[in-house]
Amino acid sequence: MGIEIEQPCVELSNVAVSETHGENSPYFAGWKAYDENPYDEFTNPSGVIQMGLAENQVSFDLIEKYLEEHPEEASTWGNGASGFRENALFQDYHGLKTFRTAMASFMEQVRGGRAKFDPQRIVLTAGATAANELLTFILANPGDALLVPTPYYPGFDRDLRWRTGVNIVPINCDSSNNFQITPEALEASYKDAEAMNFKVRGVLITNPSNPLGITIPREVLEEILDFVTRKNIHLVSDEIYSGSVFSSSEFTSVAEILEARENRNAERVHIVYSLSKDLGLPGFRVGTIYSYNDKVVTTARRMSSFTLISSQTQHLLASMLSDERFTESYMETNRERLRKRYQMIIEGLRSAGIECLNGNAGLFCWMNMSPLLEKPTREGELELWNTILLQVKLNISPGSSCHCSEPGWFRVCFANMSEHTLEIALQRIRDFMARIRTETETESA
Amino acid sequence: MALSKIATNDKHGENSPYFDGWKAYDSNPFHPTKNTQGVIQMGLAENQLCFDLIEEWIRNNPKASICTAEGVNWFKYIANFQDYHGLPEFRNAVANFMSKVRGGRVRFDPDRILMSGGATGANELIMFCLADAGDAFLVPSPYYPAFVRDLCWRTRVQLIPVECHSVNNFMITREALEEAYKKAKDDNINVKGLIITNPSNPLGTTMDRETLRSIVGFINEKNIHLVCDEIYAATVFSAPCFVSVSEVMHEIEHCKSDLIHIIYSLSKDLGLPGFRVGIVYSYNDGVVNSGRKMSSFGLVSSQTQHFLAAMLSDENFVERFLAESSRRLAARHSQFTKGLEKVNVTCLPSNAGLFCWMNLRNLLKEKTFEGEMMLWRLIINEVKLNVSPGSAFGCSEPGWYRVCFANMDDETVDVALKRIRAFVGKETAKPVELKRWKSNLRLSFSSRRFDENVMSPHSPMPHSPLTTLLIFSHSFPTYSNQKSPPKLEICETQTHGVSPVIGLKGCPLYPSIPAFTYDETHFPRTSEMKNKEQLTELRDNLKTSTLLSRRSTTVHVTYKDTESGRIKSRTSMGGHYNSVHQEPEFGPFKEIRIDDDNSWTNLYNMGTLKLQSFIYRYESMGP
Repeated sequence: MGIEIEQPCVELSNVAVSETHGENSPYFAGWKAYDENPYDEFTNPSGVIQMGLAENQVSFDLIEKYLEEHPEEASTWGNGASGFRENALFQDYHGLKTFRTAMASFMEQVRGGRAKFDPQRIVLTAGATAANELLTFILANPGDALLVPTPYYPGFDRDLRWRTGVNIVPINCDSSNNFQITPEALEASYKDAEAMNFKVRGVLITNPSNPLGITIPREVLEEILDFVTRKNIHLVSDEIYSGSVFSSSEFTSVAEILEARENRNAERVHIVYSLSKDLGLPGFRVGTIYSYNDKVVTTARRMSSFTLISSQTQHLLASMLSDERFTESYMETNRERLRKRYQMIIEGLRSAGIECLNGNAGLFCWMNMSPLLEKPTREGELELWNTILLQVKLNISPGSSCHCSEPGWFRVCFANMSEHTLEIALQRIRDFMARIRTETETESA
Repeated sequence: MALSKIATNDKHGENSPYFDGWKAYDSNPFHPTKNTQGVIQMGLAENQLCFDLIEEWIRNNPKASICTAEGVNWFKYIANFQDYHGLPEFRNAVANFMSKVRGGRVRFDPDRILMSGGATGANELIMFCLADAGDAFLVPSPYYPAFVRDLCWRTRVQLIPVECHSVNNFMITREALEEAYKKAKDDNINVKGLIITNPSNPLGTTMDRETLRSIVGFINEKNIHLVCDEIYAATVFSAPCFVSVSEVMHEIEHCKSDLIHIIYSLSKDLGLPGFRVGIVYSYNDGVVNSGRKMSSFGLVSSQTQHFLAAMLSDENFVERFLAESSRRLAARHSQFTKGLEKVNVTCLPSNAGLFCWMNLRNLLKEKTFEGEMMLWRLIINEVKLNVSPGSAFGCSEPGWYRVCFANMDDETVDVALKRIRAFVGKETAKPVELKRWKSNLRLSFSSRRFDENVMSPHSPMPHSPLTTLLIFSHSFPTYSNQKSPPKLEICETQTHGVSPVIGLKGCPLYPSIPAFTYDETHFPRTSEMKNKEQLTELRDNLKTSTLLSRRSTTVHVTYKDTESGRIKSRTSMGGHYNSVHQEPEFGPFKEIRIDDDNSWTNLYNMGTLKLQSFIYRYESMGP
């Protein structure tokens, strides 16, 4: 009965048909499994628990309380509607001045006042995704390369490569030194890129690291800065988790080192920030680029036309972030709650016999399950991952999705759920480990 | 530590004269009391005429904001929402709004709506999806100056102008398209598509159905993409009404729908540029797929999605807004153009947009682009108006200027007009001759004779305006009473989807479709269906029929043309051939008898469409 329909073949661009966006990787199976059978305490207690999503839901009550206590915020826009016209028409790509100023001081606050940020250098983009792509467009030509330490955020494959045509060359880090970046690894990666005939344009670090959940020590940052200066290349420092460090003093921003060096060679350094993680507002799409390079600031601003932040959202956040009493108490409480969560998961896993990398930041821990692998390979890792997904019903992220050079590591998110759900997840892991132990004992007996 | 070629080239366009005018305004902006001698900004295509309506809506709907006591409960859910598909209620609301703006004549599938950071982001996104570095898109001139940034800067795609001229009111002709295409081919450039802006910026005109048909025919023949930038769709303020490519494509035999992509935005039609809402609507599954992933680079804030979903779902508000906005634009346009006519300055006749295309050729000292720039500087520095010179739009003739009129209040318009009149009076000793414009708005059927001899029985595509007319006439036999209505025999109909439509009994599994074709004159817009007389007339026209109603977006029909014996298929509304929902859901049809006025009213209140879309457009190519 169907109608015969002619389907002519129409060409799309190479970008459109390429797989560089990375969404067809096997890892999305985990998301699918969650989507099809999501855990709910009452309606679906045996469903899959989502531990693959680096979302911060532990401090929403603070923001909600702020909004309830500040009805004047609502009245300037919502009820009174008087400022609506001006706000709706605002399309200057510099962004609302009040918002840029508030962002700059918030970034200072997150760094314990140890670094200064000039609102004039804040470029706004719709999320860190766009910020990273935009910087790559500015720093590199198609076919050039950026060096990125492994393991890294899987989305970088899309953000840095897909539409820009730029390559990522890994800086391989491993567990022997707790995945720290070394001068040797930097040099080796640079040589790899040269061997592939790529022109190296820069190094991109994530500090604190996603997926490791650790900050980069000051001396390592110094080495990296020396390296990029020696090679005369750029340094992009993605610091979107800087407010999610459990103790403010344990984080050193590249901005602090530049200030200590009196901004010598600063024009090669660019910082990416966002409010998606630290304030838990990913839906609002707020990303920023802070560059010490005038030309980059000018060009990035022009490019931000493709990806500006809604003026409505800028307006709301400008007043919220300008309230220092609020931001200070928010940051303090948020750090404390994250630390508590982290302790809870680390201890829970330890009681199940699983060790994690010693972390101090982020919304996740880096779990070592290599002793459980049948084979110490990527396949072995994916097999275990599949078992955890289908039997334990937890969606976690395998290290190979983050290009980790060693099999057996997994990223486990802990801030996108209630404490109660986390307890259930931990109980499932404990049961799983107990079952494995019994099976092994039975086999050996 | 060099930067990329993109970072160091000039394609962002900010060094063009277009931006010079903005700088002049920025350094000395007009203020009605504080700076009465300042520069008036007439270079900004902003729509500021209807904010009071939106403000009123906000006051009445505090729940739509997540930062009011009434709406704060939504905060957590909304702040966390980062699915690149967008909030379902937002996509639904946008799809409905797009349909409403097009008079309900077409439906849009929310699953094909891609979000982007404004039309700027949307235009770039579609280029990334369709063309590789070095490929080209044809663009009729004059065109929006920032296209160079939006379409070319980061994508490395190039634009090839299709030159349009004042002799035919800047209409796009098949000849001009062919010429531009051929030239590109001769230069060994790979042409991937054509991008049109309808209604046009800077012309303020809408494209007539014939031109659109010719364009759709052209891109089908060349097998290249067609991007239709329709961001000014709701700014149409006088007849003829807006015709979207989404309507025309369904009237064209064998139209490859996956070549067609629509760009939309809420910046102009609702006047909300700050909210950065850009939309790509593509009939191509591949584009929907990869474009959706690309929207990650320019998502709309969930706070804004949430707010707009609520506002655009309020149908009463939307209808009132669209009608009022159109009325106010018409009034402003008339105030402005009439003011200019007093000193014999003419504009291209227009029926849409937030601007006029003003002809100052007779004031040029020399008829060159240098002359145009000289006059422009005079206007900025002495008349203190920031208008935009035609050369910034790639216009092929000197002496044209785009003047925006919707970004200011009535008093400022009067000040601007006064300044222009004083300037023109000084510049011209003798009055400029008032040119009579030919209407470019719609082919007048009474003045054209139906000529069977031009018809080429074997050509699937119209090649000349005359053939276009012929096919057009054929689709609407009521216009040319020279032939009896086509006879159709319906073989099969499939409907599926979610939005309410009405069907005529006789089409699907029901016998004897009435052999008539109705057009807009028989079926006025929903909003115009107000009085009893109209309803009665409609009812009388269709008294022999029974209407069927069900919830559906797409209707596929297969029919047999009894004259030629050919079996043809049609998608009658809003749908597309490569539907993502291939499986039709058959549900019970609900019969509605049109015996009384109430049933008519009910039908229209259900958001039904004009029946015209439902009668299968019949195009007989054979003799």
